[in-house]
Amino acid sequence: MKTLITELRPAILATVVLAAVTCGAYPLLITAIAHTVFKDKAHGSLITGPNGTVIGSALIGQNFTAENHFHPRPSAAGSGYDAASSGGSNLGPTSQKLHDAIRERITAYRTINGLAADAPVPADAVTASASGLDPHISVANAGLQAARVAKVRNLSVEKVKELIAANTERSILGPSVVNVLKVNLDVERVSQPVSPMP
Amino acid sequence: MHATDWLQFALFLGALTLITKPLGLYLLQVLDPAGRTWLDPVLKPLEKLTYKLLGVDPRREQDWKQYTCAMLAFSLAGVVFTYAILRLQGVLPFNPQGLPGLSHHLAFNTAVSFMTNTNWQSYGGESTVSYFSQMVGLTFHNFTSAAAGIGIAAALVRGISNRKTNFQVRSPNAHDGSPNPTNLEVRFTLGNFWADLVRCTYYLLLPICVVFAIFLVSQGMIQNFDPYTKVKTLEGAEQVIAQGPMASQIPIKMLGTNGGGFMNANAAHPFENPTPLSNFFQMLAILAIGSGLTYYLGRMVKNQAHGWAVWAAMMVLFVGAAVTCAHFEAGERVFQLVPETATTEPTSLETRFTLDGNMEGKETRFGTFGSSLFATVTTAASCGAVNAMHDSFTPIGGLVPLFLMQLGEVVIGGVGAGLYGMLVFVVLAVFIAGLMVGRTPEYLGKKIQAKEVKLAMLSLLVLTASILGFTAWACVSDWGVVGLNNAGPHGLSEMLYAYSSTTGNNGSAFAGLTANTPWYNTTLGFAMLIGRFLMIVPVMALAGSFAAKQAAPAGPGTFPVHGATFTILLIGTVLLIGALNFLPALALGPIVEHFLMGKGGLF
Amino acid sequence: MSHKPTPLFDASILVPAIGGAFQKLDPRLMVKNPVMFVTLVGAVLTTVSIFTARTDYGFIIQLSLWLWFTVLFANFAEAVAEGRGKAQADSLRKARKDTMARRLHNSAESSVPASALEKGDLVVCEAGDVIPADGEVIEGIASVDEASITGESAPVIRESGGDRSAVTGGTRVISDRIVVRITSEKGNTFLDRMIAMVEGAKRQKTPNEIALTILLSAMTLIFLLVTITLKPFGIYSGITFSTPVLVALLVCLIPTTIGGLLSAIGISGIDRLIRRNVMATSGRAVEAAGDIDVLLLDKTGTITIGNRMASDFRPANGVTEHQLADAAQLASLADETPEGRSIVVLAKEKFNIRGRELAHPHAIFVPFTAQTRMSGVDLDGRSIRKGAADSMKSHIEGQGGTYPAEVAKAVEAASRAGRTPLIVAEGCKVLGVVELKDVVKGGIKDRFARLRKMGIKTVMITGDNPMTAAAIAAEAGVDDFMAQATPEDKLQRIRAEQAEGHLVAMTGDGTNDAPALAQADVGVAMNTGTQAAREAGNMVDLDSNPTKLIEIVEIGKQLLMTRGSLTTFSIANDIAKYFAIIPAMLMATFPVIAPLNVMGLASPQSAILSAVIFNALIIIALIPLALKGVTYKPMGAAAVLHRNLLVYGLGGVLVPFVGIKAIDVLITTLHLA
Repeated sequence: MKTLITELRPAILATVVLAAVTCGAYPLLITAIAHTVFKDKAHGSLITGPNGTVIGSALIGQNFTAENHFHPRPSAAGSGYDAASSGGSNLGPTSQKLHDAIRERITAYRTINGLAADAPVPADAVTASASGLDPHISVANAGLQAARVAKVRNLSVEKVKELIAANTERSILGPSVVNVLKVNLDVERVSQPVSPMP
Repeated sequence: MHATDWLQFALFLGALTLITKPLGLYLLQVLDPAGRTWLDPVLKPLEKLTYKLLGVDPRREQDWKQYTCAMLAFSLAGVVFTYAILRLQGVLPFNPQGLPGLSHHLAFNTAVSFMTNTNWQSYGGESTVSYFSQMVGLTFHNFTSAAAGIGIAAALVRGISNRKTNFQVRSPNAHDGSPNPTNLEVRFTLGNFWADLVRCTYYLLLPICVVFAIFLVSQGMIQNFDPYTKVKTLEGAEQVIAQGPMASQIPIKMLGTNGGGFMNANAAHPFENPTPLSNFFQMLAILAIGSGLTYYLGRMVKNQAHGWAVWAAMMVLFVGAAVTCAHFEAGERVFQLVPETATTEPTSLETRFTLDGNMEGKETRFGTFGSSLFATVTTAASCGAVNAMHDSFTPIGGLVPLFLMQLGEVVIGGVGAGLYGMLVFVVLAVFIAGLMVGRTPEYLGKKIQAKEVKLAMLSLLVLTASILGFTAWACVSDWGVVGLNNAGPHGLSEMLYAYSSTTGNNGSAFAGLTANTPWYNTTLGFAMLIGRFLMIVPVMALAGSFAAKQAAPAGPGTFPVHGATFTILLIGTVLLIGALNFLPALALGPIVEHFLMGKGGLF
Repeated sequence: MSHKPTPLFDASILVPAIGGAFQKLDPRLMVKNPVMFVTLVGAVLTTVSIFTARTDYGFIIQLSLWLWFTVLFANFAEAVAEGRGKAQADSLRKARKDTMARRLHNSAESSVPASALEKGDLVVCEAGDVIPADGEVIEGIASVDEASITGESAPVIRESGGDRSAVTGGTRVISDRIVVRITSEKGNTFLDRMIAMVEGAKRQKTPNEIALTILLSAMTLIFLLVTITLKPFGIYSGITFSTPVLVALLVCLIPTTIGGLLSAIGISGIDRLIRRNVMATSGRAVEAAGDIDVLLLDKTGTITIGNRMASDFRPANGVTEHQLADAAQLASLADETPEGRSIVVLAKEKFNIRGRELAHPHAIFVPFTAQTRMSGVDLDGRSIRKGAADSMKSHIEGQGGTYPAEVAKAVEAASRAGRTPLIVAEGCKVLGVVELKDVVKGGIKDRFARLRKMGIKTVMITGDNPMTAAAIAAEAGVDDFMAQATPEDKLQRIRAEQAEGHLVAMTGDGTNDAPALAQADVGVAMNTGTQAAREAGNMVDLDSNPTKLIEIVEIGKQLLMTRGSLTTFSIANDIAKYFAIIPAMLMATFPVIAPLNVMGLASPQSAILSAVIFNALIIIALIPLALKGVTYKPMGAAAVLHRNLLVYGLGGVLVPFVGIKAIDVLITTLHLA
């Protein structure tokens, strides 16, 4: 006990000194370097839309419900794609709620994309992501939506598939994925002057 | 598992193997106050200045009690520091969102959580804590709790090893100039806590973090003090994007096996883990130091084969766990949907819906394998960062991280904590099997006797008591059951996971559990304190006891602590002594759930 | 004392042991063994629940019966081990039947009961008397029959002074008369301590046993937590676990196998030692024997047969070997030492020179004296002398003779080869050299090789010069030797080895060995040795056979190995028991977990019962192993570990799967569950 008290002095001093180094000097150094070398990324990889305003982040998923857009995954972040309240559904495999939700989403997905009643549905299309902000969908998911988007936009399916390919991110360390916001931006760009549907 | 998954797995294991030796050698220098590193020109003046400000002499070695007291005093100062910051964050700077101070129980839980290297998140990152709280209140512990953990492990290794400096003889009367040779005091020492703390922070953690942080920013991680960005989305909706000084916090979160996320979604958040590459290096960072410490062990005890044998036991358990988890998460028929009109067997419709694995609660860019591997890594170590929601894993996929934590996170483990946890199992394995070779059991020449067995078993007993005791309490209490997000066996898993995670100082969660309530915050806080300190104190006593023992020279009759037999023995001990205790509870949680899921059971 | 191996299951031991098993149910005794105490409490709880249960009476009654059996079987194991010890004690006790002692008091003799003797009393023993208590001969010499202690029928000589002065109470004087000073306290004679040891009455737990008990107790505590918390988990899951079922799970999980056999293993370890006529003063010493890694062995009597024998004649130039042999034989005719006789025999064997009449009218025999350091004979004007090289050299040169160079060479060569050269000379002419050789005991080299495999270093202690010592060391295959060693050197050596962390064992018999015996971790005193030596050591070998040390080490190792192996076995058993009980406990509420019932046990009740029955029966099944000890083979630690892990680790995982299934089939067939 006596030792404990004698060690309190260095303990308090160590707290102050190490805090100054690890919580003061260190983050400021990182901030300085980040802002010099990767300014854009350090601020969130924000994307500026056609009209000059920031329309989102390349890394943060946002919700798309219109038929002329590729749809992202279901989101459990806040009321959906709330980028200030990330999170997943946290529903387990034997959850009635999750079970019902997935069944509904499958039906909806098949309906909107004109699929047969027993067509396989990509898992990512009907399950909520971990962050609720997943910016990607699987290539298969994008492929199944291509026909619908092409039809609504009066584009050829091939053209849309080209755009999907252009926005597919590949890595040997993970699956190939399609960035929804970026592909939708490209779709808008090539189908101008048609304005986004409400 | 696909071929690409195996490739990723092989790359990961290969990379981990490759960094083990260099890191171990570097640790050897860092953990020696007289050690030399190539960073000396930059950091030596800072180190010296720090000792001067603290008023400590890094060469003055401490015995186990002094070392432990220093560690406890430092933890106490740190927890008060962070508790104060969290309570007062409303009036502190770097709070662009104007977030208010935390409630007393949440502040207690969070301060304890970070001080104990648990980083359990009862709070939601972006919605609860300010930039200042993150950067100062929490990041401080990310560094120091990791450094302290490494120090404890180093102290134990020093005790086990037969160092010449293991004891100091001094005369209590020396200060009055009349040393009395008949009244000499022999102290068996284990190093100096302050030196270990400062050197680990400066030479090991900080330099790697700087490089790692820049890399992470290059992958898309944010680092700013901006207020949250308001954007109008392509479809015209409003979206508020959380920002903050994240890149400085994440490297140490991984490297120090802390795991407390900057954002609520932790490493699943696209800012916090932007690419598969960042995911790969974050996983590697989690296991790096723990892996290197096994090499350090081998060097220190002058038996490198022993270091590798311990490492091999860890890796066998790790590979087994990762493959099991990935297998179940990648299963093609994870959910068996019950048709609305079904009155008969639900299996008849299963083929109507083909899922490529369980993607609920997982990010597309990581896939099921990247998520399963991360879940295994984060619970093998006591990290607790998550890139997928464990709560939504399949029952057996979720059992893997739960089980790894209940083993005491000795599979590589938390920085330091993993090694000293594993060494407790080594002591027990050597004791039981050592008798079998017909000698009083010896670990590296040091006899394992009643005292050592007592201390080793004490730390196991405490672990079991905390996990099972608190879970049992919660599951028959209103406050416990009301926080559940899932009913049925999965609900039991949520509670079991919470107390396993906090007792194991992991911090990951079956996050559906609403833990931000006075009861949960308090009991989980105590589980974290028990898991950290009631483990460390016996371990340090063990270190002190070993330090005082004379090592018998090795011979053909010496119990071999290297080679395949020892590795198998160690694995057997970890599984039999460490895990059997949790089997009944697991049977009622994930195991029953697994079979129920197969029959379409829902809750 | 009988030296026939007592059969493991002798009715005279088994029957009282059954009674003993019940007597040991006394909670005050049970509480010393936490594992079995918990089992006892479980048995009581289950028995009580027979009366509170509403259904399943048959099941609960059977369950409680088997739980009681579990406790009783463990007690039985201990009782059998103690019974075997008692059988030995009884035969010892016969020797202690109260004899009358002839006490000397101021040179007056009085007859008192032996039990009334005090330490320091003097007693007289003559032919036919039983020595009343341990003591030291202070006057006279006698032959003593020590068969009651050692089982050896040949009498031994006991005389005052020197290293053969100690006598043991209960032994019988066969010839002559001695006066003995009693050295033991009343009721604390060697025999008393021996009886107490074998009966296990004063048995104290040894360090390893204490450590193991802590491990087992902690595991019991952990499993107690596991079982108790299962109740609330059940409440959450909607299952009511009944007390008997929880007790069954608990008893199956706690290490009852090793817990039940632990003390039997310890008692039988000491028992095995006594069967080899070694008395340990504490169980701790037996355990330490297993840890020994350095053995200090006296050359004479342990490594060599004790006497040097003439092996070769090496004549000087111009002398035939026959002439040398003849002269050497003449010089040795009157030499009654074994060395002298061996010269006579060798000459006879080699050249058929018959030993001549000693009563030669003109023969004058010159005996060996410490001054001349030679002996010989003066016969018909011939003066033949033999002696050590240096003394003979000065003798010859003193007479004006020359000491031939080739002889000096032969002397050196002999010494280098570990032999003792004796110079034979006639007048001032050197005839040649007789080589005497130490004869290494047959088979000793193999024994040392075995010890080396066990990781034990052997060090030979000898008073010989380094050259001789090195040669014998090489021939006997010891790892190291100490030449020209004094008792002080021995002590120094032991301290040095211990300072390096070695554990040292040695044997000794002389009073000057006492400090070294006390310093050694295992000091085995010869029963023929002095009282001081016997007091200093922590073991006494009643056969006074220095090679016994090797067996002692093996027994010590076997004791520890048996403990470790049964602990491993006990813990490994838990896996199968989980697979039997957990599915059974959950089956009623969650029938979906049926696939977990990998053994395909008939019903939940039969599963639980089978596991509990297996758990009880395995204790009985392993009693022979506990008493005999696991098979010991001298191998390196790595090989032993490998083997025992396979047998007791893997075996411990697999055996119960088979056993529980078999019991399940049996009790289902018998409609017991």
